[in-house]
Amino acid sequence: MTILRAMLARELRLALRGGGDVLTLVLFFVIVGAIVPFAVGPDRALLARIAPGIVWIAAFLAMLLGLDRLFRPDHDDGSLILLRQSELPLSMVIAAKLIVHWLVSAVPLIIASPFLAVLLSMEGEALWRTILSLLLGTPALAAFGAIGAAVTVSIRRGGLIAPILIAPLSIPVLIFGTGSITATQSSAAMLFLAALSLMAVALAPFAAALAISSAED
Amino acid sequence: MIDLGPHAVFIVWAYIGVAIGVAGLIGWTLYDARTTAGKLAALEARRAA
Amino acid sequence: MSIETAPKLNWWNRIANPGQFVIWTKPLLWPLVIVTAVLFVVGLYFAFFNSPQDYQMGDTVRIMYVHVPNAWLSQFVYGVMTVSAVGTLVWRHPMADVSMKAAAPLGALFTALALFTGSLWGRPTWGTFWEWDGRMTSTLVLLFIYLGLIALWRAFDDQLRAARVIAVFTLVGAINIPIIKFSVDWWSTLHQPASVFRADGPRMPGSILTPLFVMFFAFTFLFITLQLKAMHTEVKRRRVIGLQRRMAQGDRA
Repeated sequence: MTILRAMLARELRLALRGGGDVLTLVLFFVIVGAIVPFAVGPDRALLARIAPGIVWIAAFLAMLLGLDRLFRPDHDDGSLILLRQSELPLSMVIAAKLIVHWLVSAVPLIIASPFLAVLLSMEGEALWRTILSLLLGTPALAAFGAIGAAVTVSIRRGGLIAPILIAPLSIPVLIFGTGSITATQSSAAMLFLAALSLMAVALAPFAAALAISSAED
Repeated sequence: MIDLGPHAVFIVWAYIGVAIGVAGLIGWTLYDARTTAGKLAALEARRAA
Repeated sequence: MSIETAPKLNWWNRIANPGQFVIWTKPLLWPLVIVTAVLFVVGLYFAFFNSPQDYQMGDTVRIMYVHVPNAWLSQFVYGVMTVSAVGTLVWRHPMADVSMKAAAPLGALFTALALFTGSLWGRPTWGTFWEWDGRMTSTLVLLFIYLGLIALWRAFDDQLRAARVIAVFTLVGAINIPIIKFSVDWWSTLHQPASVFRADGPRMPGSILTPLFVMFFAFTFLFITLQLKAMHTEVKRRRVIGLQRRMAQGDRA
């Protein structure tokens, strides 16, 4: 348990040391969302209708952006090999990394999401549903991202191929995520989203650990 | 040729497309097999020499 | 083809087994080719000259004879890859790697053909080439997964190490495909007032089922034949890489 806590502290320190990263990610999220009205026109009714989709696409892209720092620095400087030999099972190490990754790359997005939602003509209920759906859905995005990052960590240009692998897996998250913002279906979609996140977070550390230990053999 | 009704174009194109796809797959498989076998033979000949 | 017997390198020992595989399965190849060819001839004869028009779909029913087998193969090939992935991870069977790698492009092509024939079928029946309905959409996602796997195979330098990593991803995909299917179905019923297309009930008369069955087996045998041939090629390719590596080491020494 103490090792796990030390691991969490290490990851958090490393992630926050480059404090600019977190801010960049949030900016990316908001800018991607804010650029859409320029492409589709400032029609408020249309924007309100597609806003859930825009928020989720922006979140998906922002989560992809931060993915490369999940395993790559540790792979490049060799600490991944050391971590594999620690007392803590590799899956637990990855679970710790996953939690920290979610904390530094998803939580800021969730905090910034009301701002984006207001820009996209969302109001009242929809605003709350947006926050809630991101809260429920981003763990699944982070988990799928961790699998993709683990599979591609030993490829030199893996950063390019990971999104191709992750995107098809993330389709259910996007479907239920936008569904739970849309008023008519939100409760069912939120339950599915929560189930998906639970399953993905429970399985991803083991899958990612298996991929990493296979790649490093 | 038998009469395929008003949608003949779609039917014919479906079969042509599948034929092209399958032929391409067979051709590529054979081409890959030939070149790989050739490379292997050349390498083994060089090793034997 | 010679089988290397000197147990010098670990890697070389592992390849000795695939050599046996090639020798054992090579005699199967020609019979498979003949069976496939006969099935295709019979199937195409039935499809064009011996099947009636469907009372609802007319002659477009003939597209089904190439569409359904491809759609079946798109899923069957993923099943083969999943079983191979388990073989790679659990038993570390070298032929499982080879089978997994050989199947990916085949599966991608069959999936693409299923989408192609599906959209040509959709144009006369639905009035559009592409409909975002549950089945077509999840087939499209499946195609993306196949293409991702092919890209992943090409990205790795060391194919033996790649196999285990890709096996993990193949299994993750296998768990996810039913979820994707479910979510896409949910999504398409949400956005469509009523289902456009439910014409393929069990009310199909036997005269349509015969060509369908023959074509179904023809395509399945085509896959088995091509898969076997591609596996043989892959075994040879690995031997080429191994030889090149050995020669490079020999040159250095």
